[in-house]
Amino acid sequence: MSFVAIADRDHEHALHDPQTFVRKYIWSQDHKVIAVQYGIVAICIGLVALVMSVLMRLQLGFPHVFSLIDPNDYYQYITMHGMIMVIYLLTALFLGGFGNYLIPLMCGSRDMVFPYMNMLSFWFYLLAVLILVVGFFVPGGPTGAGWTLYPPQSILPGTPGASWGIICMLASLAVFIVAFTMGGLNYVTTVLQARCRGMTLMRMPLTVWGIFMASILGLLAFPALFVSAIMMTLDALVGTSFFLPAISSMGKTMPHTGGSPLLFQHLFWFFGHPEVYIVALPAFGIVSDLLSTHARRNIFGYRMMVWAILAIGCLSFVVWAHHMYVSGMNPYFGFFFATTTLIIAVPTAIKVYNWVLTVWRGDVHLTLPMLFALGFIFTFVNGGLTGLFLGNVTVDVPLSGTYFVVAHFHMVMGVSPILVVFGAIYHWYPKITGRMLNETLGRIHFWCTFLGTYAIYLPMHYMGILGVPRRYYAYSSAIDFIPPSVQTANRWITISALFVASVQMVFLFNLVWSYFRGKPAGGNPWKSTTLEWQTTDTPPKHGNWGKDLPVVHRWAYDYSVPGAPDDFIPQNVPVDAHAPASHDSGKHT
Amino acid sequence: MSLSAAYVALLTGVLVWAVLVRKLRARPWEQLSASETSALGAARMPPAKVGLWIFLAVVSSLFALFMTAYSMRMGHGHAQDMHDWHPVSEPGVLWLNSGMLVLGSIAMQWARMNVARGERKRTHDSLLIGGLLTLTFLAGQLYAWRELQVAVGFTPQEPALAFFYVLTAVHGAHLLGGLVVWARTLIRMRHKDTELIDIRLSIDLCAVYWHYLLLVWLVLFTLLLAT
Repeated sequence: MSFVAIADRDHEHALHDPQTFVRKYIWSQDHKVIAVQYGIVAICIGLVALVMSVLMRLQLGFPHVFSLIDPNDYYQYITMHGMIMVIYLLTALFLGGFGNYLIPLMCGSRDMVFPYMNMLSFWFYLLAVLILVVGFFVPGGPTGAGWTLYPPQSILPGTPGASWGIICMLASLAVFIVAFTMGGLNYVTTVLQARCRGMTLMRMPLTVWGIFMASILGLLAFPALFVSAIMMTLDALVGTSFFLPAISSMGKTMPHTGGSPLLFQHLFWFFGHPEVYIVALPAFGIVSDLLSTHARRNIFGYRMMVWAILAIGCLSFVVWAHHMYVSGMNPYFGFFFATTTLIIAVPTAIKVYNWVLTVWRGDVHLTLPMLFALGFIFTFVNGGLTGLFLGNVTVDVPLSGTYFVVAHFHMVMGVSPILVVFGAIYHWYPKITGRMLNETLGRIHFWCTFLGTYAIYLPMHYMGILGVPRRYYAYSSAIDFIPPSVQTANRWITISALFVASVQMVFLFNLVWSYFRGKPAGGNPWKSTTLEWQTTDTPPKHGNWGKDLPVVHRWAYDYSVPGAPDDFIPQNVPVDAHAPASHDSGKHT
Repeated sequence: MSLSAAYVALLTGVLVWAVLVRKLRARPWEQLSASETSALGAARMPPAKVGLWIFLAVVSSLFALFMTAYSMRMGHGHAQDMHDWHPVSEPGVLWLNSGMLVLGSIAMQWARMNVARGERKRTHDSLLIGGLLTLTFLAGQLYAWRELQVAVGFTPQEPALAFFYVLTAVHGAHLLGGLVVWARTLIRMRHKDTELIDIRLSIDLCAVYWHYLLLVWLVLFTLLLAT
C-alpha cells in the first residue's frame, strides 16, 4: 500500500467544505482562524496587564503625585500583571496563536488532526480569560497574592482578594489548563501524524520543533498547576489542610492542621520552571527561522539546534527548586539544583552561538523581523547572564528579594519573548493578511521598544544590587540604606515605561492600518523556503493547499545555495539541475 | 517530587529512544531520491490512537503528581511536631468495586475482540456490560464515600481522609469522561446504518482507556491500603 498522508485522506476533505460566516469566523474549526482568535484575545488581555504595569510604575515613580492606586490595588495588579503576561498572553500566543497557525502550514497539512477539539480549546481559553476578568468585579477584587499564589497568605484574610479573587484565579487556571491540554494534544499529534510527504522530523523548520517540544512540556507540566489549583481550592472552600498549616490569622485560630506550604511551592515550580521553556522554546525556534531567512543563510548546526531544544526541554524538569533557595529547603537540594541550572545553560549557550554563527558573514537584510530577532539575541544574552548569578545559591539568597530578580526576569522572560512575538508578527503578518506592515512605523516601534526596555530594566539591576526590595508599594524614608538616587532611578524607569507602553499603540495602529492600507505582500515576500510561503493563495484558504498537498524534497534552510538561480530554494522544489542539492559537505553542521 | 521527576525522566527516555536516536542521525541537508522522498512522512497510525496515548501520558503526569503530593504531605504529617496524619481505614466495599472495574475492563476487551471478529450482537452486549460494570464501580465508590462519612464523619482537616476523597474523585471523573465516549459509541452502534468498521476505532480506544484507568485504580488502591 502506497503512503497516503493522513491530511490527504477523503474524510479530511469533508472538513474543509465552504462554510457559513458563523462557522468560518466564530465557531471555526480552521486552524488559521483559531490562531487569529487566540492572538486577538491574548493581545487584548495583555493590554489590560500593560495598563496595570503603567499604573504600578506611576505609583513607584511618583508616589506623592498620583493617587491612582492604593496598596491593595498594587498587590492585585502585581499578581494579575504577572499571571496574565506569563500564562494568558505569552503561553497562549506562542502555542495557541503561532502554534495553531504555523504547525499545519509548515508541516504541509490541511488542518490540525482534531479540528473540533481545536475549536473547543479556543473557547475554553476565552472562558478562562473571562473568569479571570470576573475576578476584578467580585467582592474584594482579584487576588493580590503575587503571581506565585503562595499559601498560606493567598487564602487568608489580610491578603487582597483572599475570598472570591483567589477562587476566580484558580478556576480560571483550571479552565486554561483544560484548554491548553486540548490544544497541546492537537499540536503534538499533528506534528507526529499529519506531516506531508517527504517532511521528516529532521526536515521540519525549527519553529515547529520549538512549538512541538513546548507543547510536550506544557502537557506534562501543567498538571502540576492543576493539582495545586484543586488542592488550594479545597483548602480555601472546604477547609482541608493540604497546604495550610495550623495558623492564627487576624487573632483567630484557623481550623487547619499541619498542611505544608512548601508542598505547594514544589508543585507550583514543578510547573513554573518548565513554563519558562514553554514560552522560550517556541521563541527559540521562531528566532532561528527569522535569522536564517533574513540573513539568507542556512541555520548553523541544525541537528545541534534540535538536540539543544530536546535537552533544554528534558532538563527543564529538574531545575524547579532554584526558585526556592530562600524557602528553607535542605541546603544539599540547593547544591543539586544550582548544578542542574548551570548545566541547562550549556544547550542554551549552544543555541546562542549557532544564532550568531548563522548571521556571521550572512547576507544580512535588516528587515523588521531581523531587527527584532537580533534584539532578542542581545536581550536574551543579557538576561541569561544575570540568570547565572541567580542560579547560584549564595548569590541568589541576598538578591532574591530585590529588584535584581525583577530585572533578570523581565529581560529573559518578558522582553526577550515579546521581541520574538513582534518579530514573528512582522514576519508572518503578510501571510495572515496578504499585506505588509508599514516599515517606518515598524522601525519606530522596534527602536523605541528595544532601547526603551533597556532604559527600564538596566537601572533595576543597579537597584537590586543596592538591595532595594521588590514588592513594595512605596519606599519609606525610614529605609536608611536606600539612597535618594534610587527614587531618581524610579522616576526615570517610570517615564521610560510610559514611553515604551505608548509606543505599543503605534504597533497596534500599524496592525489595523496595514490590514486595510498596507502594501500587498504577494505570496512569498521574504523569499522564504518553508512551506507556509508556498501556498497557492495568500492568505491561505480552508484546507491550505488546494487540491494537492505539497511534497517536500529538502530541508527548510536552502538559502544562498551555490549554483542556484535564486538565493533560496523552497522545500517543495524537487532536486534537478536548476535547483541543486546544497551543503552536501555538511560543513555547517 | 522524586516520583514525578522519575516519571518524567522515564517518559523522556522513551521519547529519546523511540523518536530521536533513530531519526536524528539524519542529515537533512543531503538529498534523497524521489522514491525515498515519497516514502517519508508521518506514520500511518490513526491520529486518535496517537492522541489517546499522549492524553494517557498527561493523565499519568496528573496522577503521579497527586501521588507525590500524597506522599510528601504524609511525610510532613508524620513529622515530629505534626502528627496530623491518621491513616484511613478503607471501606471493604472498595474490594468489590475493584472487582467490578476488573470485570468492566475484561468486558471492554471482549468487545474489542468481538468487533475485530465482526460480531455485532456480541460487540454490543459486551460493550454494554463493560459500561454498566463501570457505572456499578462508580456507584460503589459513592457508597464507599458514604460509609466513610458514617464511620468517621466528614472532617476535612484530616489530610489522609481528604486525599482519599480527592484521589477517588479525580479517578472517577476520568471514568465519567470515558463513559461519555462509551455512551456515544453505544448510541452510534444502535443506528442501523452504522457499520461495525466505523466504530471499531472507538471501541479499541475505549478498551485501552479502560485498561489504563484500571491500572491507575489498582495503583491508587494499593497506595491507599499501604499507607
